[in-house]
Amino acid sequence: MPSALINVPKKARRGDVIEIKTLMSHIMETGYRHTASGDVVARDIITSFTCRFNGQEVFRADLFPAIAANPFITFFTTATESGKFEFEWIGDKGFSETAQASITVE
Amino acid sequence: MRIAVCIALLAAMVGAALATEIPPAARRSGYSFMGADTKAMQDEDTANPGMLSVLDGEALWTRKAGSADKACAECHNDARVSMKGVAARYPAFEKMLGKPIDLEGRINLCRTNHQQATPFAYESRELLALSAYVAQQSRGMPIAADDDPELAPFVEKGHALFMQRQGQLNLGCANCHDDNWDRKLAGSPITQGQPTGYPLYRLEWQSLGSLQRRLRACITGIRAQAYDYGSPELVELELYLMSRARGMPVETPAVRP
Repeated sequence: MPSALINVPKKARRGDVIEIKTLMSHIMETGYRHTASGDVVARDIITSFTCRFNGQEVFRADLFPAIAANPFITFFTTATESGKFEFEWIGDKGFSETAQASITVE
Repeated sequence: MRIAVCIALLAAMVGAALATEIPPAARRSGYSFMGADTKAMQDEDTANPGMLSVLDGEALWTRKAGSADKACAECHNDARVSMKGVAARYPAFEKMLGKPIDLEGRINLCRTNHQQATPFAYESRELLALSAYVAQQSRGMPIAADDDPELAPFVEKGHALFMQRQGQLNLGCANCHDDNWDRKLAGSPITQGQPTGYPLYRLEWQSLGSLQRRLRACITGIRAQAYDYGSPELVELELYLMSRARGMPVETPAVRP
C-alpha cells in the first residue's frame, strides 16, 4: 500500500522561492543483504523521482541503494504561475507511483 | 547461606535503585535528547515517516476483514472520536484473560473475536499501521495507563522486571534508564526509556516498530534471552513503563534515531 506525503504551499506570490517536500513509502532494499540461509535479498529500490510543473520538468533525481527507506526529497523552485505539480516515483519490480499538488500564484 | 547472601545483595540493589528513581519533574521524553534535525522530522507531519503508517492504518480501519466481514469502523465508527485517548490508557486489564493486554494485543483480540479473522503477526505492517493510527488519536494527551486497581500486581511485576539484573552483562533496565540517563553510551544519549511515542519510527530500523521490539532489542543488548513477542513479561514491562511515564504526553508516531 504505497502512499506519499506531499507538502507544497497552497498559495505563493509570483517570484517567491518555495520549498517542496515529498515523502514516499518504500522499503529501499539495497540488494546487498543476505537471508539467514545465505540467499541474496533482491534489490528493491526507487530508481528515479521526477517533478513536473504544468507538464514541464522542474526537478529530477536518481536514487541508489545507499538511500534510506521512505525517501524524503525536498527541493526549491520559483513560483511563476498557478498550476499543478505532478510527482512520479519509478523503481524496481515495476514500482510506479504518482501524486499531485496544486498551487495558486497571485 | 548462598541464597541468603543473594537475597541480601538483591535487597541492597533494589534499595539503591529505588533511591535513584526519576522524580516526576525530571522526567524527559526521548524527544528532548534528539538533535534538531530529528526533532524537525517528528514535528512536521509531511516529513514524519511514521505518518505513512498512520495513513495505512486509516485505510485498514475501514477495510472489511475476517469471516464476519466487518471493518473496525463498523463497530467503532470514526476513530478520531472513538479512539481519542484510548492508547494513553494501554496496556489495560482484560477481564476475560485476567491479565493486562497492550494495544497490539487488543487489536488482535478484536480481530479474532469480532472480525473472526486471523490475528496479525507482531511487527507486521498491518498491526503497526493500525496501532499507529489508533495511538495517533491520543497524540498530545497525558498517559494514564494504570488507573485500574486490578492492574496493580502487574505494574509491580513489571517494576520488578525493570529492576532485575540479567544477561551476560548482568544489567537491569534501571541501571541505565534510572541511574545513568544523563550520560552517554558510545556517544549516544542513554535516555530515560519513556514510552511516549510508540509505535515509533526509528531511523536505525528504517521502519515503524512497537515498544515490544524496542524492549527486545534492549534485552538482546544486555545479552539476555529476549522474551517472546506477546509474552506476559513484555506486557508487564510495557505497563510499568507507562505507569512510570504517567502524565507525559503521547507523541505517536514519534521519530527516534
